[in-house]
Amino acid sequence: MDNYIKRYPLWSLIFFLLAAAFLCLVLAPWPPELVAVWGRKQIFLNALLGGITLGALYFLVAAGFTLIFGLMRVVNLAHGSLFLIGGYVGYEVATASGSWLLAFPVVFIVVGLIGLLMQFFIFSKMEGEELRQTLVSIGLSIVFADLMLWWWGGQSYSILAPQFLQGPMELPLVSNVNDATGAITWLRYPSVRVWILVAAIVIGIAMWLVLNRTALGMLIRAGVDDREMLAASGVRIHLVFLAVFGFGAGLAGIAGIIGATFQSLSPGEDTRFLLASLVVVIVGGMGSIVGAALGALIIGVAEQMGFVYAPTYSIVLTFLIMAAVLAFRPQGLLGTRR
Amino acid sequence: MSVADQAPRFASPVDQRMWSERIPAPWWIFGLILLLLPIVANNFWLFQIMGWTFILGMIGLSLMFLAGYGGMVSLLQMSIAGMAGYMVAILGPSGAANVSLGLSWWIVLPAAFLIAALFATISGALAVRTDGIYTIMITLAIAAAFFYFTRQNYSVFNGYSGFNLVLPPKFFGVNWRDPLAFYYLTLACAALCYGAVVYLARSPFGLALQGVRDNPRRMAALGFNVTAHRVAAYALASVFASTGGILLVWQNAQIAPGTIGISSAIDVLVVAVVGGMRRPLGPFIGAFIYVLLQVFSTDILGFFGFSADRFKLIIGIGFLAIVLFSPDGVLGLWDRWRAGLAARKAATTGGGA
Repeated sequence: MDNYIKRYPLWSLIFFLLAAAFLCLVLAPWPPELVAVWGRKQIFLNALLGGITLGALYFLVAAGFTLIFGLMRVVNLAHGSLFLIGGYVGYEVATASGSWLLAFPVVFIVVGLIGLLMQFFIFSKMEGEELRQTLVSIGLSIVFADLMLWWWGGQSYSILAPQFLQGPMELPLVSNVNDATGAITWLRYPSVRVWILVAAIVIGIAMWLVLNRTALGMLIRAGVDDREMLAASGVRIHLVFLAVFGFGAGLAGIAGIIGATFQSLSPGEDTRFLLASLVVVIVGGMGSIVGAALGALIIGVAEQMGFVYAPTYSIVLTFLIMAAVLAFRPQGLLGTRR
Repeated sequence: MSVADQAPRFASPVDQRMWSERIPAPWWIFGLILLLLPIVANNFWLFQIMGWTFILGMIGLSLMFLAGYGGMVSLLQMSIAGMAGYMVAILGPSGAANVSLGLSWWIVLPAAFLIAALFATISGALAVRTDGIYTIMITLAIAAAFFYFTRQNYSVFNGYSGFNLVLPPKFFGVNWRDPLAFYYLTLACAALCYGAVVYLARSPFGLALQGVRDNPRRMAALGFNVTAHRVAAYALASVFASTGGILLVWQNAQIAPGTIGISSAIDVLVVAVVGGMRRPLGPFIGAFIYVLLQVFSTDILGFFGFSADRFKLIIGIGFLAIVLFSPDGVLGLWDRWRAGLAARKAATTGGGA
């Protein structure tokens, strides 16, 4: 950090000013002139928070995708299907047992098991044939999508958040200041979204800690860097592969429950989230967890901002970000070139 | 007429035969069958099944060209076809009169090809920034962005409803949507595209492209511009895809975002992989199988007691089986069957080849 400031004083100043301006925009009440140009502050804050929470959801889906890709070089295009399966199974569990929280471990195990089976019976048989693995995952996603359509039909499902997470909560962010009385209105935001954001951050930090502070994480990082060398040094790498595939799949399943609580589930959501994770890892850098978090944040905020301020062009904004990253940094923002 | 004109102009020292003699007999028979098919086939077969096969085959052919010769598996070809189709609908006359410009066909068709080629070149230039397995991810993302964009945008792409009543122009006084005329139109276009790919594969550019596929570093060291060859391949492939896309719009008389959705993009991949990506004939065979399954899925599935909605399941399982057991598609199965037959024959006759 200090080095960077010393080496690029001008850029550091610009970044600092931008960050300060952004903080001002978020924390301070907006003057009437700004409101006239950009609309009310509440809309801006809602779009920003919506983007951050959507980014949290994208992160949960993309983290498994990028981990699987980074370690095994498998582009698992059935990842969106795992998300959707997780959502449907979570819906069944939550409605049958009446417990939203119970759905999480059940879905993690069920979807993780599906991932394990996929890795054990299919992907491990064609190791090194990247294109074939990708094609197989496309075939699997077609089959999964149709089976789910068969079983759950075309209507949309959504899971009700439990009682203690329903309703809005007040955030320490100024939404509006009444000119006459000086009374401050704080921003009210659905509490379930805030808690999901917190949970995603906790999961992200836990993943980072496991990857960087434990023996298993050491094996995974070594595998990402040089798979053959790790296998040659006596590690049973297939077990590591299985563990990572199962964990990534389970995470996608959990994201499915969260997606069903946030929005709703219907056929087609699988491709939507597959694409979101593709764009997130392309922007963030393949195989990097921190990159996935950064990419998810950028894409989530861009999508929501675009949705609020330029509805017919919002997808173009996301796409332009991806194109710009590809043009100037093809390996992704935090990716390493191999 | 001078004497020199009567000698075959492109006779090479290696092969002295006329071009017509160099094409093996089965091909002549195959071509004749296709030409004479209208005598026996009814309008449904000509227009729906064969027309659609040729169209899907052309779009698959553009993917085969990129994947087979260039090593770039692009999921973008349906979007490029859709872009050309959309341009025909937007620039030419259509049912959505407030959006369509209604220009005449001799402006519309070249413009459609050009804009689609431009789209392909720009996306190709983005996709070749990385290589290998990344291509499939990036092209899928671009295809999806284009799909969502056409669905959101009403001022140019007329949003969710798209364009209807997009009819082919009446050149030479023929109604080209008439099944017979449409059959010959698609057949001619497909044959042209097929011939173009066969020719390109043997041209210096095609050979260089195959070199880039096999060893990009070596080709770069030999002085070839690897990136330029790849981008040029995208631009060339767009011509085949655009031809298919324009014919597709004329066949359906409409285009909407659903035409270019993710599942359609994947269908093109399925068609090319099932047929086989080694040879230009593959996509047409894959397209024929796909169309037959799609059209007769009601009967086939009904026979086994399923509802017709399970068509995608059949396609998915068939695709999985092909990828798992015969990665080079149906043509690969055929090749191996013939090789096996030849080996058995050699064994019985004592090994003489």
